[in-house]
Amino acid sequence: MAMRQCAIYGKGGIGKSTTTQNLVAGLAELGKKVMIVGCDPKADSTRLILHAKAQETIMHLAADAGSVEDLELEDVLRTGYAGIRCVESGGPEPGVGCAGRGVITAINFLEEEGAYEEDLDFVFYDVLGDVVCGGFAMPIRENKAQEIYIVVSGEMMAMYAANNISKGIVKYASSGGVRLAGLICNSRNTAREDDLINELARQLGTTMIHFVPRDNVVQRAEIRRMTVIEYDPKAKQADEYRQLARKIIDNTNFVIPTPITMDQLEELLMKFGILEEEDESIIGKSAAEEAVAA
Amino acid sequence: MAAMTREETQALIQEVLEVYPDKAKKDRAKHLAVSDPAVEQSKKCITSNRKSQPGVMTIRGCAYAGSKGVVWGPIKDMVHVSHGPVGCGQYSRAGRRNYYVGMTGVNTFGTMNFTSDFQEKDIVFGGDKKLDKLVTEIETLFPLAKGISVQSECPIGLIGDDIESVAKKKAKELDKPVVPVRCEGFRGVSQSLGHHIANDAIRDWVIQNRDGDESFATTPYDVAVIGDYNIGGDAWSSRILLEEIGLRVVAQWSGDGTLSEMELTPKVKLNLIHCYRSVNYISRFMEEKYGIPWMEYNFFGPTKIAESLRAIAARFDETIQANAEQVIAKYQAQHEAIVAKYRPRLEGKKVMLYVGGLRPRHIVGAYEDLGMEVVGTGYEFAHNDDYDRTMKELGNGTLLYDDVTGYEFEEFVKRVKPDLIGSGIKEKYIFQKMGVPFRQMHSWDYSGPYHGYDGFAIFARDMDMTINNPCWKKMQAPWMQDAVAADQPQAAAG
Repeated sequence: MAMRQCAIYGKGGIGKSTTTQNLVAGLAELGKKVMIVGCDPKADSTRLILHAKAQETIMHLAADAGSVEDLELEDVLRTGYAGIRCVESGGPEPGVGCAGRGVITAINFLEEEGAYEEDLDFVFYDVLGDVVCGGFAMPIRENKAQEIYIVVSGEMMAMYAANNISKGIVKYASSGGVRLAGLICNSRNTAREDDLINELARQLGTTMIHFVPRDNVVQRAEIRRMTVIEYDPKAKQADEYRQLARKIIDNTNFVIPTPITMDQLEELLMKFGILEEEDESIIGKSAAEEAVAA
Repeated sequence: MAAMTREETQALIQEVLEVYPDKAKKDRAKHLAVSDPAVEQSKKCITSNRKSQPGVMTIRGCAYAGSKGVVWGPIKDMVHVSHGPVGCGQYSRAGRRNYYVGMTGVNTFGTMNFTSDFQEKDIVFGGDKKLDKLVTEIETLFPLAKGISVQSECPIGLIGDDIESVAKKKAKELDKPVVPVRCEGFRGVSQSLGHHIANDAIRDWVIQNRDGDESFATTPYDVAVIGDYNIGGDAWSSRILLEEIGLRVVAQWSGDGTLSEMELTPKVKLNLIHCYRSVNYISRFMEEKYGIPWMEYNFFGPTKIAESLRAIAARFDETIQANAEQVIAKYQAQHEAIVAKYRPRLEGKKVMLYVGGLRPRHIVGAYEDLGMEVVGTGYEFAHNDDYDRTMKELGNGTLLYDDVTGYEFEEFVKRVKPDLIGSGIKEKYIFQKMGVPFRQMHSWDYSGPYHGYDGFAIFARDMDMTINNPCWKKMQAPWMQDAVAADQPQAAAG
């Protein structure tokens, strides 16, 4: 089977890194050879696989060595749970430099050094929340990730982000082969969450590939810097990630998404009672003004 | 052949424009015009300082070139750091012939290249720490440098490095000016914005340094020469004349200039502006803040020199005015001899110019002193106030081309058939290979100075040896000459 490259996007804090690592553990358990490429200056995309605080990153090692040309693949590649290969692009602390360029440099380095020529089944790119510049779109440019999974929940801003990411995919879908492969609902226990995400997926022209319920075992595992599958293989949540992994293996539904307008999104939210019908009379009114009016 | 009429020039413009696609044609048409001395405001007939069309060959530079290369670079006792990757500084190093005196590497640094040599890691993690470190290194290696300027290359603006805070910190540490300049090359449409940014940096970080300090003994005759970059020694041959008429030149900007001279400029009585385009901003600021008037002058060719000396003297007392007359008289025999020698060899020759922001109009008078005519002229990066000034210097019907493209320039030359082209290094070999005599009018073709009476002698000699060089008669290959010889038997020998 040819190597499949997948990128995980989604609103910041939605659980991209946690979901990615748990699902990759599921893939590895099924005998798949997988590599995770962390594309976030925070470098927290591989900690559950490596049991590490934060992996040493390509960019930090390059800065210490002088330049990225001074690095070898084995300097940056670590192997963790079930043979999962891990690499972090790394980048600057907030407020300085150019994190996007860090992602570009790191991915170019991996390509040049032949990191993708290994006998891999899957590569997963775990990308920073917002595609703020060209650098963070690097994983979905030509010859990189072809499948994009968006992690989402029933919260308004998460869905808003998912729709925006879909717009980005449309742009790159026309110039390359990138496709939306599905929404992963990482549940926040909001009302009718699965119906809502199913409906959003339908409107975007894709499917909700899996509904991952909320379970505290994820946090318990995380404290131990482990995935659920490694920490408690018998847990019900471990089976959820295994199911997600199996669905991704079998997935063939790759589409150019059909992003919706802001009005359509609000309509959807109102239909599911997340957003109330807009009351024009309250717009621009402070609490004090409302108290006077009441 | 006489110069073209207005109608002929207009027809030529239309013909050259024909080759463009509609959109480009529409844009380029606005930049090509027929000069009319009667028009008060050039904006009625020509557009300038706009983005160049993609796909054409433009000769323009960038904001970094305007700041580092033009305005700041010649300040000789400061170290100018090309902040960013190595190429911008290294491939422009010592590229302008702004002469200076001093011991390079000890107390002057004009022809040296200082760069932060950005690497990937500096882009990704930011270059502020590196800048901090290199400023310290400069202080260690070159303690006689009077200050440092940080000339931003493109990546600095892209990654948002805070060079201002580094500059402030290091200025305090070293107790000398460290000037951050935001002249990233992608800003603006040409080097022109770089001049403006450089002027603003001088305004914000230098010009007020001696406010309230009255220790400098002034005289009623203090002037500053602003916007002379001392190409081939131009500022020196100008300064002689100003001093001879009794003025004291306190500051020279920026050719052979120093930081201290810039800081003293607010103490002068009059700012004398040579290159209006690149320094009008700071001159206006000094007028507003310190009440220092400014005036433009032109020291190319005896006619303009005399006009300018009288206009400058008119701003001072009768002594200076009498001195000006004496100086003009003193040099009269000298320049008359030059004209007597060269005018017969150059009379009636036609010139096309394409230079930067000043010379396309300033040199016109010098050519006219030699009996030559400027039949076409244009600027790389002028604004409309420059064209306002230009049209007054030209005859009715002269061809004007703003930000000319490689194609247009070649076509114009083929049709106008000038006897001489004055432009830059990028144009030189194209036209020489076409068999047209050519002078570099940015660098004076490694000659100069051309300013002042001394400069006029060199200018006249250079134009003569270029136009009347025997090589132009030998442009045809020997086997082609036979065909010509059949028509002209006297050329057959040899």
